[in-house]
Amino acid sequence: MAALVWRSTDRGGSNFWQAISNPQSVAALKLTLIVSAVVVLLNAVFGTIVAWVLVRDDFRGKAVVNAVIDLPFALPTIVAGLTLLTLYGPKSPVGIDLAFSRYGIGAALLFVTLPFVVRTVQPVLYELDQDMEEAAASLGAPPQLIFRRVILPVLVPAILSGVAMSFARAIGEIGSVILISGNLPFKTQVSSVYITGLIESGNTPGAAAVSVLLLAISFATLLGIGALRRFTTRHDA
Amino acid sequence: MSITVRNVGKRFGDFVALEGVSLGVETGSLTALLGPSGSGKSTLLRCIAGLETPDTGEILISGEDVTDAPPQQRGVGFVFQHYAAFKHMTVAKNIAFGLEVRKRPKEEIEHRVNELLELVQLQGLAKRYPAQLSGGQRQRMGLARALAVDPEVLLLDEPFGALDARVRKELRAWLRRLHDETHTTTVIVTHDQEEAMEVADQIVLMNRGRIEQIGGPRDLYEHPATEFVMTFVGEANRVGDTFVRPHDLTLTLSPVDGSEEARVERLVHLGFEVRVELVRHDGAELSVQLSRDEADQLELEPRQIVYVAASRARVFT
Repeated sequence: MAALVWRSTDRGGSNFWQAISNPQSVAALKLTLIVSAVVVLLNAVFGTIVAWVLVRDDFRGKAVVNAVIDLPFALPTIVAGLTLLTLYGPKSPVGIDLAFSRYGIGAALLFVTLPFVVRTVQPVLYELDQDMEEAAASLGAPPQLIFRRVILPVLVPAILSGVAMSFARAIGEIGSVILISGNLPFKTQVSSVYITGLIESGNTPGAAAVSVLLLAISFATLLGIGALRRFTTRHDA
Repeated sequence: MSITVRNVGKRFGDFVALEGVSLGVETGSLTALLGPSGSGKSTLLRCIAGLETPDTGEILISGEDVTDAPPQQRGVGFVFQHYAAFKHMTVAKNIAFGLEVRKRPKEEIEHRVNELLELVQLQGLAKRYPAQLSGGQRQRMGLARALAVDPEVLLLDEPFGALDARVRKELRAWLRRLHDETHTTTVIVTHDQEEAMEVADQIVLMNRGRIEQIGGPRDLYEHPATEFVMTFVGEANRVGDTFVRPHDLTLTLSPVDGSEEARVERLVHLGFEVRVELVRHDGAELSVQLSRDEADQLELEPRQIVYVAASRARVFT
């Protein structure tokens, strides 16, 4: 990382600033952050629901679903990207064309980050003391209130961990995004792909500069979420 | 508020947890459901609370059929063995939970919480989290939380089971005092016969999903209805079909009318009492309970020959 920072200032501080503040770089970063944020929020909600269903419900094929959750981890991301393009590209067999759009990027990021929240929330749900829910019920709390006031607060730290990992992964993801995004500057170009482009055109210090910025954002996010997590677990003496 | 249980049955798969259980609990009484693990006592309590639904039979609270009512509508306070504390809430918030659910005014909640904190002697700990409390304190918080909503009946599932012996004894006495002050109809589940005898007016002794006997603590001990009651409540020697309590056996150094020869195997000194383990001439093993003075007078030694006679024995058919 130190090498990266050193490399990024090869041509002086003003070049560093220029590399990260030029309009194409800013547009790519904006797109990356917005799509990642949306994806992570969706993950927080649906990842929790998936974890809930896997822990609390019984259905046929549950073991299979549980195993498939990890697929995005096991699959090379470029294969995932190709699969997504085949499924949701111009010749989509299901009639959904997301290629070269922000939705395509979102779909790719959702796919690769799905396991994070599921896998952080699942063990907490397994361990969750059902006595607490029964106590709340006997005290007159209806099911929605039990979820909101008794279950959710216990899950929040795990959800936050999953969110932090999803976000860090999403802003750096390249393999699954590069094909379906189409890499249109100012439209569907994300930072990771933009960095690749800079390297290919010989602008290594520029690539390093943008990388440093992504790194800084990643760090800040992890620290911020870590602090939030500590706040939500302050009761664990 | 009274509780009536009529012919309740409950199975978990092949396991019969309850079978044909009928029971009445009077308003203001303190009843103990006593039995070994797997006897169905906790299942019965959970059926009364609505945390389990019986397969057959019905349950009435204050004369109203609540068999199919959810726990929210039963007006019961439930105290769990492992506290079931809301660990992300402070002590005060835990206690206030039921009142907040009922949307009571803020001042009223605050007032009631303070009252309860005092009742369970947790003043000054209102802002702590459950993880910062001892087991005994957590269970008192659990009680305060259950009592906050003025439940019609208070149900306790092995409430002191997870606590050490000294704290358990303290809380037991405290629960009895609390009940004498509040007169809330209370049912407590326990596997500890001493606990049941100490706190309860009425003991329901359960075994294998059925009720063996219902009665006062003394009834069960003095007039056991079955072999199971005889051996579960207090100690008993069994010789063939005959049962005799260790303290209903007397020892003498020379034969008397009706006595039989036996050899002392072991002497166990338990403070005030001495337990003498004997083998009778016919091979039967007996345990005899003597006071220390009685044992000293006999000057008992292991391998000594003594004569044992029963002042009272029972045969169950």
